[in-house]
Amino acid sequence: MTKSSNKTKTSAAKPVNKRSECSKEQARHYLRQMMHIRKFEDKMMDLMSKNIAQGGSHLYAGEEAVAVGAIAAIRPDDYIASTHRGHGHCVAKGGKLNELMAEILGKATGCCGGKGGSLHLADVSTGNLGANGVVAGGLGIATGAALSIKMRKDDKVVICFFGDGAMNEGIVHECMNMASKWELPIIFLVENNLYGMSVAIARSSRLEDHTKRAVAYDMPSSSVDGQDVLAVRDAVATCAQRARDGRGPSMLVANTYRYYGHSRSDPRAYRTREEEAYWHDRDPIKLFSAQCIETGILSENEVKAVDDSTTEDIEQATQFAVDSPMPEASELYTDVYA
Amino acid sequence: MTAKETKQDQRILTYGQAINEALDQEMARDQSVFVMGEDIAIYGGAYSVTKGLWEKYGDERIRDTGISEGAIVGAGIGAAMTGMRPVVEIMYVDFMTLVMDQLCNQAAKLRYMFGGKIKVPLTIRTEGGAGRTLGAHHSQSLESWFMHIPGIKVVMPATPYDAKGLLLSSIRDDNTVVYIEHKMLYNTKGPVPEGEYTIPIGKAEVKRPGKDVSVFTYSRQLLFCQEAAEELANEGIDVEIVDLRTLLPLDVETIVESVRKTNRAVIVEEDTITGGSGAEIGMRIVEEAFDYLDAPVKRVAGADVPMPKSAALESLAIPSKQSIIKGIREVLQ
Repeated sequence: MTKSSNKTKTSAAKPVNKRSECSKEQARHYLRQMMHIRKFEDKMMDLMSKNIAQGGSHLYAGEEAVAVGAIAAIRPDDYIASTHRGHGHCVAKGGKLNELMAEILGKATGCCGGKGGSLHLADVSTGNLGANGVVAGGLGIATGAALSIKMRKDDKVVICFFGDGAMNEGIVHECMNMASKWELPIIFLVENNLYGMSVAIARSSRLEDHTKRAVAYDMPSSSVDGQDVLAVRDAVATCAQRARDGRGPSMLVANTYRYYGHSRSDPRAYRTREEEAYWHDRDPIKLFSAQCIETGILSENEVKAVDDSTTEDIEQATQFAVDSPMPEASELYTDVYA
Repeated sequence: MTAKETKQDQRILTYGQAINEALDQEMARDQSVFVMGEDIAIYGGAYSVTKGLWEKYGDERIRDTGISEGAIVGAGIGAAMTGMRPVVEIMYVDFMTLVMDQLCNQAAKLRYMFGGKIKVPLTIRTEGGAGRTLGAHHSQSLESWFMHIPGIKVVMPATPYDAKGLLLSSIRDDNTVVYIEHKMLYNTKGPVPEGEYTIPIGKAEVKRPGKDVSVFTYSRQLLFCQEAAEELANEGIDVEIVDLRTLLPLDVETIVESVRKTNRAVIVEEDTITGGSGAEIGMRIVEEAFDYLDAPVKRVAGADVPMPKSAALESLAIPSKQSIIKGIREVLQ
């Protein structure tokens, strides 16, 4: 492989360098989904602190533009594979808020009957191949789904979400190599929130620019502002088109930030409050709301209407989840085998 | 059993050929079946099990992979979740250590975690056991690890007939099946019908009826048990041999039925004795047939050591005809 050929391939995956556009309907949809996710996660923190939600949960607040933008760029029948920080992916892929909330509370009405919970949240009917309790646990599944698509001569694609922390797992190397060799229709979407639990990239890896790793697989890669929903959407659209055209996988690194700690017990000693403030200034919902108002796609009142309705949706979902029954004892042994 | 009666007149195939034929027939019958693994295409598999299939089905359905066990099984899972019926090969059971996350955390649990809304119809073919003096990384028997994972099935055929029928069942099963072959069985021969037939997973078979003592075994150790039974028959000791064939789910019913008949139980297993398959089988006998026992349950099993290279030591690390005879005599005292 020559340097020049790599350069050509790398540039092929870069988003079109023009101001991103969206319709009024799209703007409202993106804003609604991002607000749903944010409020879902804030509510989850509240429910955990009151011990209404038992167990742990890894919250997606701050990263909304990545899930919403990425999933806006693919079709409803395409697949995604999610992560331990997966609530946002589920919402963006079309999971029902009531069932997602109930699942996290371990209720019978949850999308997995209360057997999955936060770490295994998935409404598989939406093409979501699941959140995963193991870091990089979704890579094999996503690669296999892409292989299946290719073998069945289908034109679907797979978005494989994973974090920067997963980058140093061996399966990532194995799957990127396999996907590239077989030109599988998959997008490796790295949600770079700067820390693998507490360890910053610079403390765990000599190479801080994840996109460079794609060179090893002769795979195009680029990075995108993960706080800009339209930028993410357009970057993923380019990758998805490449996959659908049979030209194989690509890697996209979305630079983003998680507002809460890794989990509820995390005092966030590894990062500064200044750094957190910087990212809160770049809040994806604030940025997009302002952009919509500034460009006239949505009025202030229209943004407020989305804000109000999403608050109500989350309240309703919470009520549904809290009121739902626990699974029957007879459910213990069901679903182990098909 | 009709199948058993008619199989006397069948063609003779080796164990390896029987597995090859099962793969071939299932790939011809079902387009969603494909095979993926290391050196399975041009090379034909480390033990020649997939020989000829690449020539017939090509690169698309007989997929040589890089040496990436995690991705082989991981991609198998993803493909199985989305409409395919993959058969993946892990060259040695020893290398299953490299896929334990995929097997234990993903394949086995996905269906349950997602409330029964998906299935993972994946077959993992692998091969284990001692006998070729390959040392500690190419000779293990790890089936007891896999028995400890709810959500998968574990199949270990001993005869060519069972190998074919159980592989067809495994591929058609909607769950993940770990199908473990034994390297010393590949060239053993036996009758195998030409047509398709299935053997139910989870069903043991009495390979030799007897009245004095029950021997529970599987895979290659069946052959040693049969030799031991022949020798003891000369002394008038009538040994019943139950070939478990499937370790998960375990056919407890057939095990208990046999113990109720003979009142004595010996478990013969090649895996290391501590926490091995025999520990589970023996405890099931104690729990469900204790009142029928006239002697303590006896295990004849692998030594608690890494498999040594030297042939002189390797043969001591696993059961033999002589150690099985000794074990049977102990429960008959």
